[in-house]
Amino acid sequence: MTPKTPERPKREVVTSPRTTAARRPRYPVTMEIDEQTGLGEVYMRSLVRTQFRLALFVCTVLGCVIGGLPLLFLLVPDLREVRLLGLPLPWVVLAGLIYPAFVVGAWLYVRQAERNERHFADLVERQ
Amino acid sequence: MSAALGLTAVIVVVVAAILIGAFGLRLSRTTSDFYVASRTVSPLWNASAIGGEYLSAASFLGIAGLILAYGADMLWLPVGWTGGYLVLLVLVSAPLRRSGAYTLPDFAEARLESMTVRRLASVLVVLIGWLYLMPQFQSAGLVFRTITGAPPWVGGLLVAVVVAVNVLSGGMRSITFVQAFQYWLKLTALALPVVFLLFAWYAHGKPALGRDAPPVFTDAVSVAVSADVTVNVERPVAVTVTGRLDGRRMSGQRVTLRPGPHAIAHDTTVTFPAGTPVPHVENLPVLTDHQWALPLHSREHPLYATYSLILATFLGTMGLPHVLVRFYTNPDGRAARRTTLVVLTLLGAFYLLPAVYGALGRLYTPELLMTGRTDAVVLTLPGRLIGGAAGDLLGALVTAGAFAAFLSTSSGLAVSVAGVIGQDILRGGVPSFRAATLLAVTVPLVLATVARSLAVADVVGLAFAVAASSFCPLLVLGIWWRRLSTAGAVAGLLAGGGLAGGAVIAVITGGPYTGWTGALLAQPAAWTVPISFAVMILVSLLTPGRVPRGVARTMVRLHAPEALDLDRGDWRPRST
Repeated sequence: MTPKTPERPKREVVTSPRTTAARRPRYPVTMEIDEQTGLGEVYMRSLVRTQFRLALFVCTVLGCVIGGLPLLFLLVPDLREVRLLGLPLPWVVLAGLIYPAFVVGAWLYVRQAERNERHFADLVERQ
Repeated sequence: MSAALGLTAVIVVVVAAILIGAFGLRLSRTTSDFYVASRTVSPLWNASAIGGEYLSAASFLGIAGLILAYGADMLWLPVGWTGGYLVLLVLVSAPLRRSGAYTLPDFAEARLESMTVRRLASVLVVLIGWLYLMPQFQSAGLVFRTITGAPPWVGGLLVAVVVAVNVLSGGMRSITFVQAFQYWLKLTALALPVVFLLFAWYAHGKPALGRDAPPVFTDAVSVAVSADVTVNVERPVAVTVTGRLDGRRMSGQRVTLRPGPHAIAHDTTVTFPAGTPVPHVENLPVLTDHQWALPLHSREHPLYATYSLILATFLGTMGLPHVLVRFYTNPDGRAARRTTLVVLTLLGAFYLLPAVYGALGRLYTPELLMTGRTDAVVLTLPGRLIGGAAGDLLGALVTAGAFAAFLSTSSGLAVSVAGVIGQDILRGGVPSFRAATLLAVTVPLVLATVARSLAVADVVGLAFAVAASSFCPLLVLGIWWRRLSTAGAVAGLLAGGGLAGGAVIAVITGGPYTGWTGALLAQPAAWTVPISFAVMILVSLLTPGRVPRGVARTMVRLHAPEALDLDRGDWRPRST
């Protein structure tokens, strides 16, 4: 492969950025966790805390909605009389709409919880 | 309902259950088989199986009955029984699966490394299981009497024997497919008649339930009273009575019932003229249709009762012994979450139906308010509204669904209870398991015959309250809080389980209670759950030396995704 135009510099393909030389071989995080070192504990606590915050968030939203409804019906009695599609509002909510709402909430939770776990796995396995 | 068809439906379900149990013997036997089989079970099958085991007589018959009697306040019951799985999903499902625990005592032992906690958990599992089994047997008696007129203990005995045979043969329970089928049978048995019932209601010109008066008999009607009741009459009414009224024998005489209480003996028929307000059995409130349709009207202290019910159902689901075992069938924590999501969907679909039965029952079977047998509304409606051969067939379908509900839930519970009695209370091994099975089934059967007759969903509600005040704190704190100590767990279980259990015993054996005492005892969760959590946390903080030594390793086990190659300790559940 002889270059036709000698004035242009030769292209070179970089195949190895020599990262291994730049980075010291590290102790894997899984070992830190297995040996219960301070660093391993930090990783584990961060995972538990993230998942707990997510769970607490879902429970708080659930508590506000479920706990709020009886209070709402008590404090705003007119709301009990409101009719939707010919049915009283409490029936429409409690015997109908609340179930799909549960499913949507659960689906969003599952998605986020799996995302948190993937993030943790990436963090731990990145060497 | 046609007795022959109803009986046929019962026989078909019972024979199918026994056959499947007998053949199941060869298919699957041990925990490890169960575990291996799990690798091929998809979340949908697994979730159907959880649904099949979870939907008991209380869901199938009880909710509709309570809605008929008490109205909108009772809509919280199915909401809580579904929402409980959302709480279970976010707080418990994946870590519990990852713990590798097969039963609640297993979890207690794995997390707290203490046999004391394990034994205490075992006792609570047995108590909750018995409390949950008792109303299943009672409702079986009710259903059997509705179709054949047999005494109430016959149906209970029938279900108890079938369950015992099944559990002893070791089948039924372990086959995910069978429990999954039970869910779809129950859903069909409730959903198909609803379509016909709604058509009939539409054809009648869509009568509404908004009147400012209690229900009336729209046509002249003969009410057959099968068990002794005391009813309250509001306005004087001329009736024809055959049987025993206020202690006097009558055979077709016309009498005028004065306002006030009247005792009607069993096997008495009372004929009312059209337009009579329905006399209510003494322990049911007389609500106008308008009050009935709106929340916060039905019982004494409705706001407290509603909140307590919400707490018990949302937090109690995670502590039910027969639900937990099913989570073991998931291959990993991630699958456990996905399964729970599907369970929520399946339960949500099922629980749309009981409210329809409750409301139609208020319109078309108001005499149940007089006989006090509101739990029979689901069984009575198809024959009443549709009639003819179609009504009989739908009635038979509903009866089959009801028996499927008794059998699947009772089998699941009986296995869980028998396993715990056999392993943790008796010596372990096959002879112990046999003795334990008999014990697991006989005690609730005896309870069912001697205990005060309460609405099935109310008793099941009490089982949820005990679970919420004992296992909920143990699971939630055990999974998320490192500082939970052995002493704290013991103290919390004793305080919460003891107080809630005491309330349950008071309600079942004594009463009826009135006023605040009645409300606090009938719905104990609102005070027992906070006490249990508080005791568990406080005692744990006071005894930091009793925190289990392997807690860090257990936390890795509970929370780290399975894909990571980590040391998770070597604890394994003891195999039965």
